[in-house]
Amino acid sequence: MHQEYTVIEGDFVNAGTASSSVKKTLKQLGVNPQVVKRVVVALYEAEVNAIAHAYGGKVLVDIDADKIHMVVADKGPGIPDIALAMQEGYSTARPEVRDMGFGAGMGLPNMQKNVDRLNVTSEVGVGTTVDMEVDFI
Amino acid sequence: MFYHALEIDEGNCIGCSRCMKVCPTEAIRITGGKASIDDDRCIDCGKCHSACPVDAIYIKQDDFKMVHEFPHSVALIPSVFLGQFPDDIRVSRIYAVLKDLGFRHVFEVESAASIYAEAKNRYAREHEDDMPLISSFCPAIVRLIQIKYPSLVGNIMPIKAPLDLSALYALKKLTDQGIPREEVGIFYVTPCAAKIAAVKAPVGEKRSIIDGVINMDALFNKVYRKIKEQGKNHEYEQLQTPRLSADAILSTLTNGERRICMAKRSYAIDGIENVIDFLDLLENDEVEGVEFLELRACDQSCAGALLSCENRFLCGERMYSRARKAAERERNGEMPRDREMDSCREYLIDNAAVEAVQPRSMLVLDSNRERAFQKLEKINKLKLYLPGIDCGMCGAPTCEAFATDVVCKQVGLTRCAFYQKHLERLNDITRQECLAANAAVWGHDPMGDKAMPGDN
Repeated sequence: MHQEYTVIEGDFVNAGTASSSVKKTLKQLGVNPQVVKRVVVALYEAEVNAIAHAYGGKVLVDIDADKIHMVVADKGPGIPDIALAMQEGYSTARPEVRDMGFGAGMGLPNMQKNVDRLNVTSEVGVGTTVDMEVDFI
Repeated sequence: MFYHALEIDEGNCIGCSRCMKVCPTEAIRITGGKASIDDDRCIDCGKCHSACPVDAIYIKQDDFKMVHEFPHSVALIPSVFLGQFPDDIRVSRIYAVLKDLGFRHVFEVESAASIYAEAKNRYAREHEDDMPLISSFCPAIVRLIQIKYPSLVGNIMPIKAPLDLSALYALKKLTDQGIPREEVGIFYVTPCAAKIAAVKAPVGEKRSIIDGVINMDALFNKVYRKIKEQGKNHEYEQLQTPRLSADAILSTLTNGERRICMAKRSYAIDGIENVIDFLDLLENDEVEGVEFLELRACDQSCAGALLSCENRFLCGERMYSRARKAAERERNGEMPRDREMDSCREYLIDNAAVEAVQPRSMLVLDSNRERAFQKLEKINKLKLYLPGIDCGMCGAPTCEAFATDVVCKQVGLTRCAFYQKHLERLNDITRQECLAANAAVWGHDPMGDKAMPGDN
């Protein structure tokens, strides 16, 4: 089952649209509530990242009976050093974004913690793609 | 099958669908011109009861005659009951009339408020990892979380609500005096349907020690009528009425638990739509650092309960007025009499625990994941054919709920008026088939004996 969502730069008001919709689908499938929570937390973080750091992007979700595959692809500045960005507390968020309670440097680490497979690819000046997979148990 | 206090009187129901539109769990459908409630989805919040224009939704209660079957009948009254009466009727008068009506003992549920608060605080100290902790006070909320937010059931504190604690206290006090259990009949005067369900089918307990439930509006009528009959100058026995603490009196109103809880960050939310909005956020982990949540299904909490006959704000202010007097007494050094429960404080706290609340999610389409997946794909496909305006003509509250019914309950797609028109244009449906589909939802003669243009 394929779902697509568009993320718009700076549109914090609509952060969580994709994760809320995915949550509902997973509940209908009877996925374990703790697994649903992990998916929702990871996807929400990825959505917020695309809103806060990039110029918007796309969320592509594929759900089948035993796992969910999520891709959040943004057009943006890219991440020069992915290993550094994966460290807790490291953030390049602008002050106005931090003022809104985002940009604590927990985004990528939090995704890592909640998904079974995470792959981040990035090209400076082009954009970042976060590829995540969670197995249903 | 789950017990429910709300039932539809098909004789009165006009199938208007107002109840269906307001139900927060989409538990209501219209078939054959009558509303019906899905027992698995209903949480007894009573929204449908308030929306019904013809009183076709009623609340089951026990026969008042049962009160006379026990030598030691006990009325457990909620503080909001006292808030129903005009200011010039004294609490002692209400107590005296309750005795005239056949209750040998009267206890106020909120006498147990401070014990409930302490049991929650002790639980909170031992369960910091389970935060935010959600109050077990409102049974409609407990049921809402069970069916709609299965990932949050572990956050509900498995502690007896004040109503069960006060019942336990009443029973212990009377049996300690040597009265045999079978002579004690405990009757809870309920302000809402959810609390009836909580007594008849408790969550986390096998059965309640409460023997019967009396609806608050019915008892208000009995008491008020008696007061009117007896007249203003009636002499009555001045019984010692409990003087609750201000905290106890206010505990059933919004913020009543929150204002005395120990949490660093807490929210008090009333109104079921507000609660749903908040739980959606909470489930996504979008609210951080919350330690305690007081969630109530009714606007203004129990002052706005279903069986409250008084305006919720007038009732609430009367309770505040009583609380202000209590606070004044407390400032003058007078002890509130709800401290009398202190004699069994430890006993009650030791017996306050119930089993953990279990989820019973109603959103799952099929217990088999593969089949659930196939059903969901069908539903998503069907949604593309439906207008998406949630008109309700199909007898379901939303297009999505209808699509789910078509896939999971084999309801005919032709019940959708728009789809039906589409088939008519294609000459793909007969007039008889249209009429049959409409009758399945609205009955055979929804216009009844109304005179229509063209009729002679």
